[in-house]
Order: sequence, then C-alpha cells, then structure tokens
Amino acid sequence: MKKGMQVLLYGILIVTAAVTLAPLAWMVTVSLMPTGASSAFPPPFLPTQVTFEHYAALFSRGNLGRYLFNSAFLSVTVTLVSLVFNSLAGYAFAKYRFAGRESLFKLLIASMIIPSQVTMLPLFLMLNKMGLINTYMGVIIPGMAGIFGIFLIRQFAMAIPDSLIEAARIDGASDFRIYWSVILPLCKPVLITLAIFTFMGTWNDFLWPLIVMTDDSMYTLPVALANLSLEHVQDTELMMAGSVMTVLPVLLLFVAVQKYYISGIMAGGVKE
Amino acid sequence: MENRGQGRIAFFFLAPALLAIGIFFVLPVLAALVMSFTDFDMYSLANLDYARFVGFRNYLRLFDDPLFWKALGNTLYFLLAGGPLSIAVSLAAALLLNARLVRFKTFFRLAYFAPVVTTLVAVSVVWRFVYHPRFGLLNYALSLVGVGSIDWLGDPHWAMPAIILMAVWKNFGYNMIIFIAGLQNIPRELYEAASIDGASPWQQFVSITLPMLAPTTVFISVITMIGYFQLFAEPYVMTQGGPLNSTLSIVLYMYQQGFRWWSMGYSAALAFVLFAFILAGSLVQTRLQKRAGAR
Repeated sequence: MKKGMQVLLYGILIVTAAVTLAPLAWMVTVSLMPTGASSAFPPPFLPTQVTFEHYAALFSRGNLGRYLFNSAFLSVTVTLVSLVFNSLAGYAFAKYRFAGRESLFKLLIASMIIPSQVTMLPLFLMLNKMGLINTYMGVIIPGMAGIFGIFLIRQFAMAIPDSLIEAARIDGASDFRIYWSVILPLCKPVLITLAIFTFMGTWNDFLWPLIVMTDDSMYTLPVALANLSLEHVQDTELMMAGSVMTVLPVLLLFVAVQKYYISGIMAGGVKE
Repeated sequence: MENRGQGRIAFFFLAPALLAIGIFFVLPVLAALVMSFTDFDMYSLANLDYARFVGFRNYLRLFDDPLFWKALGNTLYFLLAGGPLSIAVSLAAALLLNARLVRFKTFFRLAYFAPVVTTLVAVSVVWRFVYHPRFGLLNYALSLVGVGSIDWLGDPHWAMPAIILMAVWKNFGYNMIIFIAGLQNIPRELYEAASIDGASPWQQFVSITLPMLAPTTVFISVITMIGYFQLFAEPYVMTQGGPLNSTLSIVLYMYQQGFRWWSMGYSAALAFVLFAFILAGSLVQTRLQKRAGAR
C-alpha cells in the first residue's frame, strides 16, 4: 500500500517535472538546429546536427553583445544603487526614533498596492523633459529605491540587538560608521536576497525599458528579443538562440543562489 | 538609542530613498491623476499649453469604448480562470513536495521553480512556438492521444486559454514555495490527533490543511490577482492582442493608447481604472479573510 502510494507520487512528480522543463529544454535544442530544421512533423526534440550558427549570427549580424552589456550594466547598477538607498532607509526605520515613523512606514507599505503602470506616463514625460529618454539613467532612476526592499531590510534590521549599536557608539563610531561596519555586515543575508531579486527583476523587466529605450543600441535583451521575434517570425532557431541568451544568465544565477532567493519569497510571504 | 540627534540623522538616512520614491513614484502617481482629467495628446507633448482640462470626459469615454470593455473582459477572464487554476496547481505541487514519502525534494522544487525566474519575453517567444499549429510540441503531444490540430494563438477562442496555460506554467512555482512555507507551519500534532480519531487523509486535508492555510491562501490570492491584472508581455509577444482583440489586456490597451497613439490623458484614465480594480479586489479579499477569521 505504502509502496504503491510512493510509486504513484513519484510518477506524478516526474511527469510534472518533465512537462515543466520541456519547453526550456526544447528552447535549447532547437537553438542548436540548422535553420528550418525545427519546422518538421513530428517536431524533432534533438538536433540531428548541432550548430552554433545562430549564436554567431546574433553576435555578428545582430547586436547581441551590446544588448547583453546593456542588460548586465543596468541590472548591476540598479542593484547596487538600490541596495544602498534601501538599506539606509530600512535601517533608519528599524532603529531610529523620530516623529511620524510608524505612520510614514505604513503609508509606504500601503502605496505598494499602486501598480507601477500608473506612474509610467508622467514618468516618461518627466524623463523626457530631463533629456533622459533613451539613456541608461532612464532605467536606473525609477529603480533607485523600492518600498519592498526597504520593508525587507527593516524587518531584518529590527532583529539586530540595540546593544551592538550602543557598544559601537560608546567606542566613538559615527552613525554612518555604525551603518557601514556594523549594520551592513550583519544584514548580509537579506542584502544578498534583495540583490538577487533586484538583479533578476531588472534583467527580466520589459514594459519600462520598452518605453524608455527607443534606440536599438540601448535595448535590453527582452526588448531586443521581442523586436526580433516580431520581425523574424519565421526564423525559429534564431529566436530560440536569442531566448537562450536572455534566459540563461538569470537561470544560472538562480541555480547558484537559490537558497537566498527562496528565503526571500518566504520572508515576503509570511509578513502578516 | 535615546538620542537628541536621532531625528536629524534618520532624516539623512531616509532622504535618498524617500526623495527617489517621492519624485519618481508619488509625484508621477499624482500627475497621472491630473493627466486623466486632461486631453493630453501628441501636441501637448511638444507644448504643455495644448493640454486642457476636460473633467470626467476620459472616464466617460471608457463607457462607450468597446475596446475598453473587450480589454476589461479579457483581463477578468485571464484573472478569474488563470488565477484559481494557478493557485490550485501551486497547492497541489506544494502538497506533493511536502509529502513525507518523497525524497529528492530539492531537485523537484528546483525544476518546478525554474520557469519563475525565466524572462517572460523569452518564454513567450518559446511558447509561441510550442503553440505552433503544425510544428508545435503541444499539438504533437495532443496528436498522440488523438486530438486534432488546434490553432492555439490564431483562434480567438483558444488564444486566451493558451496564454492562461503558459502563465500557469510560468508562475505556479512561486506560490508553491509560499504554500510549502505555510504547510510547514501547521503543527504535526493536529494530523496525529486526527488520524488517531480515524480521519481519512481527505478529511484531514479538508478540516485541517485548508483552514490552517487560509491566511496563506488569501495572501497568495491577493498577490496573484495583482500580478494577473497587469497582463502585458504575453499578449504583446505572442498575439499583439489578437486575434480579433481576444487577448487585448488593459495594460496592453493602455500602452497602445499612451505610447502608440499618444492619447496620454485617456491612457492615464485607463491606468486609474486598473488601479481601482486592483484596490477593490485586494480590499474584498482581505475583508473576506477578516470575516472568516472572526468566526
């Protein structure tokens, strides 16, 4: 009875895993097929002959190197800047007493319900006036601080004992010094979690870069890929290679640091 | 930490983030509200003087705009069919992975979670090919069980179900993780006591697991709803809102109005309608939970 149950369980688990991974695996195998080879029935799952021509074409004929750089540069910059901004604010909310602290924090949390799409039009006009459309700053500026990040760091920093901060103060450390050499090292786990979230969020973001980046040389990978897929509808193998190049960096990053990513979701999920 | 200078230092620590949020989030929200009462268009883009206040005209125009109703209907279809489906799949996967008989949990969790971290645009491109009527994987799989070819993205009746199926595939791993956390918070003794009383696994699921998971489920429903209301990249890449506008979503329509036709006043009104729906949906769900909790 127990044995049969176990076989059934594993059967369901394995089939689900296969179905879940199939589109991703197929993306990789099709990207290695010669042009047109995937347009056959029944659909071939493995390439009869492996070629990297589509990757080469994306780099040489397309602008893939540039898109990769744009995506990587923007994701890293937004991550670093927002980590500093959010940790400063999260720490202040956790450990400093000032008038209106609770109500200000509650207001911030409440405003998380506002979808970012509401801000898009005025933000576009603002950045346009500032001459920042089609520049890296156009993506960096709206990503400089985030309410979720402030929340996450505040929750974590609240658990830091006041006595540690007091001891550093008695040793003559300035407030900024305490933040930099006591708080930040202690917050390392939550900072890593937040860094991964921000990096992936920026890397995968589509709507805002689509609006702000108007010139091909400024496109991020998702914007460039969407463009490619609408122009080269027939060129399946090329598109799959583009998809692999877009997905692979974040997927590898996730596999490397999944523990932090998962714990971040759980921290957000049990906030009540 | 009672210190006179605390307020001043806190101010310096808060200033960068709060200034950024104030200028590039709060201010645009207010500006969007003002914009939604103007006829801001391409000409106003060059010269702000061309924008005039038109009162509620943009909002009234929504009532007479068949495309708006279409987009609203499609978005609600996506939300009401896709949301519960994705939550059910997440819960089922969480229960499976939480079963005591199962090993290799890390591997399965990783496999189920992988689609969550992928880039939506990229997997939309991939799924467009999965749905290919002649060479796609899905129709091939269906042909093995004798189902005839379906033009998933070309048939107005199938395009939205196709997008829902892909969204469930992409998202269920996220909620699964939250459900697993919720399941692990349920005390083991409850189940032990129940099985001593002779309760079947199904009875235990209905009278222990589901009630104990209720707060988690409400939280998941709210975040799922918020996310599903913002449907955009899938139709943008896979169908461009077609065929026959059957996958036009509110955000896609908003994007077209605002950034393709530059009717920014009208687009801002659409944004606030979206916001109103999200707000109302969240309030209703949290109210329901409070009422259930009070009982």
